[in-house]
Amino acid sequence: MPLLAVNDLRTYFHTRNGIYRAVDGIDFSVERGETLGIVGESGCGKSVTCYSLMGLIPQPPGRIESGTALFDGVDLLHCTPKQARAIRGKRIAMIFQDPMTSLNPYLRISEQLIEPLLIHEKISRKAALARGLEMMTAVGINDAEKRIHFYPHEFSGGMRQRVMIAMALITKPELLIADEPTTALDVTVQAQILELIKKMQRELGMAVIFITHDLGVISGLCDRVQVMYAGKVVETGDTRTIFYQPKHPYTRALQRSIPSLQPKGSELYTIAGMPPDLSKPLPGCSFAPRCEFATDRCRTETPALSAQNADHPHACLRAQTGEI
Amino acid sequence: MPDPILQLTDVKTHFPIHEGFLVKRQTGTVKAVDGVNLTLARGEVLGLVGESGCGKSTLARTILQLVPTTGGTIVLEGKNLTAGSSAEILDARRNLQMVFQDPYASLNPRMTVYAMLAEPLLVHKVCPSAEVPARVAELMTLVGLAPRFMQKYPHEFSGGQRQRIAIARALALQPRVIIADEPVSALDVSIQAQILNLLASLVKKMGLSLIFIAHDLSVVKHISDRIAVMYLGKIVELGSAVEVIERPRHPYTRALISAIPTPNPDVERARQRIVLAGDPPSPVNPPSGCTFHPRCAYAQEKCKTSVPPLVKIDDGREVACVRIGEI
Ligand SMILES: Nc1ncnc2c1ncn2[C@@H]1O[C@H](COP(=O)(O)OP(=O)(O)OP(=O)(O)O)[C@@H](O)[C@H]1O
Ligand SMILES: Nc1ncnc2c1ncn2[C@@H]1O[C@H](COP(=O)(O)OP(=O)(O)OP(=O)(O)O)[C@@H](O)[C@H]1O
Ligand SMILES: [Mg+2]
Ligand SMILES: [Mg+2]
Repeated sequence: MPLLAVNDLRTYFHTRNGIYRAVDGIDFSVERGETLGIVGESGCGKSVTCYSLMGLIPQPPGRIESGTALFDGVDLLHCTPKQARAIRGKRIAMIFQDPMTSLNPYLRISEQLIEPLLIHEKISRKAALARGLEMMTAVGINDAEKRIHFYPHEFSGGMRQRVMIAMALITKPELLIADEPTTALDVTVQAQILELIKKMQRELGMAVIFITHDLGVISGLCDRVQVMYAGKVVETGDTRTIFYQPKHPYTRALQRSIPSLQPKGSELYTIAGMPPDLSKPLPGCSFAPRCEFATDRCRTETPALSAQNADHPHACLRAQTGEI
Repeated sequence: MPDPILQLTDVKTHFPIHEGFLVKRQTGTVKAVDGVNLTLARGEVLGLVGESGCGKSTLARTILQLVPTTGGTIVLEGKNLTAGSSAEILDARRNLQMVFQDPYASLNPRMTVYAMLAEPLLVHKVCPSAEVPARVAELMTLVGLAPRFMQKYPHEFSGGQRQRIAIARALALQPRVIIADEPVSALDVSIQAQILNLLASLVKKMGLSLIFIAHDLSVVKHISDRIAVMYLGKIVELGSAVEVIERPRHPYTRALISAIPTPNPDVERARQRIVLAGDPPSPVNPPSGCTFHPRCAYAQEKCKTSVPPLVKIDDGREVACVRIGEI
């Protein structure tokens, strides 16, 4: 049984301007100790997926319309508040995309860092602070004894992000959800953080959901990759398969956009057109208006993730028939 | 350099550290920027890279005079921005705009996109008020946002979309110099490519100069003419973008370049990195001499005592390492 199994998750936002289908029926699972990478265009629902699991969707306007998310047998979307509290923040921890809004500017880092420990574990303040210091050092903040008492604004962007990472790892979670945790970090510190995550995985068997736009990071870290577009999963498979045999035209376009593979100074390849308006679902494949391979069939028939190859499902009608 | 648009001379920004509960005493200083000399040519794109916490954002904020300089001068088109706040200097500062690292903190959550983009246009009377809606729509299209989103609030956008709003806002006043602090970190590769193309075309079309701060070195290499590498408040290497990335000279730059992840699983997993020994040093108690020496594989006795100046070596490159001739 996987550690986490998400089934038909739909999260919509009901706004004055219409209903935004931010997450529109996705299925995925994560095994213990496994690292799942999630990539996809900005606004395709990666963060909303994770927020749904963490019970962080602002309701209203958001609403979880359907689905289940079984974590070790407990449905995160329908469990009691008490069950949820025992899991979220302890057994599942999340690192947020925007460190500044998730840190309280009026509280010293030390207070925020040890809070999850004080809530979830029977531990003295002194012992919690010691664990906090240890974690600060582990994420590469030196002078930790002094800096643990700083306020968030006294840290650089990357240091705040490392504090967030320390906060998430301090309870030794079974599942870490990391929403672009290293985009604010330089590559040497990023490498150090990725090593730390790998080490925690080896030692604790921690599973990781890792959202990033950096395909370089995905290639070094993830076992499997899930590609999302407009609220849906369009392709998923093990990392080598996604990199070396991508099927869905969106995945292929994503790879063509990588700057390091294009000549310097040239105009970089971009995917033509704009992402679809999630409040006005079109018939057919949502990538079709931007897809160079789209036919009339793609514009009328909605593709489902193919079941023909369970290890590498994708939602492209033309790839499924072998035409492209 | 002939006729630079922006010239920094020995710029320093230090922050006091206070301690104590009731009576605050200054117990130290963070030397976030510590003696930076840099020129920016007209139409040039200068990439600024370096370890997290080395002072890139502080340098950017100092250039914009959002934090006071502790020392040195910042001259924009002949005007010394550090010399007070006369009307002339305030006007000159308008020619400098910034795109921040953190779009969440820099966008007002209570303003619609329209209000945010119209505000600078109205305040600075950039165009007649009847033309403001059209100009806002134009700015939105410029950064790849559909004008139909005009009446939405920041929280209704995804991270990447918000970053585009911030870029549109910086462009509203048609500045001469833009300092972009990690403008594309939050964007997916395709949108990132659009923004990079956009910035590159703005530089060409409007003769804009750009200081581009980012951690993704392949992006920095792509867009920049020159790259400056910063370490602990100082510039340690400066040279043409291709040269710095392909033939890094300073030991820190070498380590940095070796850590760039490759988007290719087989290559990435087999790759050797130069792992830096020790932690990033603290700018509160920086190491003596060359501040990189405790982590440097080439460090010798002399590196612990003398502060290496940034000196020109062969190909026009400038490097701050006393052993550069030997390593
Ligand atoms: N509070 C909200 N109200 C209305 N719409 C929302 C709200 N929060 C998110 N959305 C919409 O949900 C969609 C998915 O957003 P999400 O933040 O999950 O994107 P993402 O994939 O994480 O993008 P990024 O890579 O930019 O972080 C977006 O189109 C966004 O406009
Ligand atoms: N207001 C402040 N008070 C005290 N120290 C500060 C303040 N602002 C920044 N610092 C310190 O100055 C140093 C440089 O910070 P800065 O934000 O410039 O780094 P950066 O290079 O932009 O890093 P990143 O890549 O993580 O954004 C850090 O050590 C930070 O803790
Ligand atoms: Mg997101
Ligand atoms: Mg910064």
